[in-house]
Amino acid sequence: MEIRNKAQAGTMQSSDMMVFVEAADELIIEIDSTVFKQFEHLIRQRIEQQLKVLDVSRGRIRVSDRGALDYAIDARIETAVRRSQEG
Amino acid sequence: MSDSGFVLRRSLLYVPGNMPSMLQNVPVFDCDAVFIDLEDAVPLNEKDAARNLVSRFIATYTERNKEVFVRINALDTEWGLDDLKKVLPSLPDGIRLPKADTPEIVERLDTLLTEMEEALEVEIGTFKIIPSIESALGVINSIKIARCSSRVIALAFGAEDYTASMEIERTKSGEELFHSRARVLWAAKAAGIQVIDTIFADVGDMESFRTEVALVKNLGFTGKSLVNPRQIDVVHEVFAPQANEIVYAQQVIEAIIQARKMGTGVIALNGKMVDAPVVKRAARVIKTAVSQGLLEYELDDEVIYGAK
Repeated sequence: MEIRNKAQAGTMQSSDMMVFVEAADELIIEIDSTVFKQFEHLIRQRIEQQLKVLDVSRGRIRVSDRGALDYAIDARIETAVRRSQEG
Repeated sequence: MSDSGFVLRRSLLYVPGNMPSMLQNVPVFDCDAVFIDLEDAVPLNEKDAARNLVSRFIATYTERNKEVFVRINALDTEWGLDDLKKVLPSLPDGIRLPKADTPEIVERLDTLLTEMEEALEVEIGTFKIIPSIESALGVINSIKIARCSSRVIALAFGAEDYTASMEIERTKSGEELFHSRARVLWAAKAAGIQVIDTIFADVGDMESFRTEVALVKNLGFTGKSLVNPRQIDVVHEVFAPQANEIVYAQQVIEAIIQARKMGTGVIALNGKMVDAPVVKRAARVIKTAVSQGLLEYELDDEVIYGAK
């Protein structure tokens, strides 16, 4: 999938994350997290994995994390990417 | 379906579908079942996000310690069908169907579930249905709805929408609900399925909540829908058979065994008559106590009904 339009998904509640996506020529992932120090690399890994599943190879992905677990990361990334398909 | 009566479903807690912090607590809540909600708890512009989150959550919840039902959006909305398609592959125990006003609506869900079971290659009948009876029309049709599909394991009464459809206020004492509750109860009991009472929204008023739980237990409801985990314990306390009830029930069983040895089906226990209906009620108390771990007791049908 190609990220077409600006889109977002998720909330700022605890155990959730907010995801913002927009078109870009390369893949840029920016992470801001309440658990940045311990988990930034794991969050990044999970996001990259999910983008691969969705076949997204470029775009700007900005994430504001509140301690989301893997299933929630996957869900929010997928929802944001799907929403970016819509006009 | 004959065994469904002894799957305990006393406390059925609503969990909002778009809140990871609540979803993640599903394994630790002490209730018998959850209704993960894609309907009223989810704003219209978050339906896509919620069904994605919920299906992924259920898929990770593999060590189930309670039943998981998903309340989808009604099938005549633009979301209902997508909810099913997205959520069923994660294998919930069943669907709570809102606005189940007619048997045809439930039959339509039944057909969709069969199609999905075939596509997923799981056994036909895997997914159960709990129809929400929440309008005047639903109450009138509840008798047919209770028997329209073998997937229907319980009826769930929904008083908030019901009172809206009646254009009346819902009160804490609930006099306005008596007739509708009774009809939904008859419908379920006549069909041999369970019956779940409506939510009580005022989480701060535990006293009125307890009164309502006692009322609906006495009316015959087998469980209650809940909006807050704090309500779970009250339901379990009220629904648990009391120690003296359990003792009496055992005495009834002993008495009827003695009576049958003497060739009769009726006997006096502490001056009160014991016959078949009394024995049946006692058997239900004992089975409930056993299922809640309050008692160890082997009770077979021959004891309850007598040898032929």
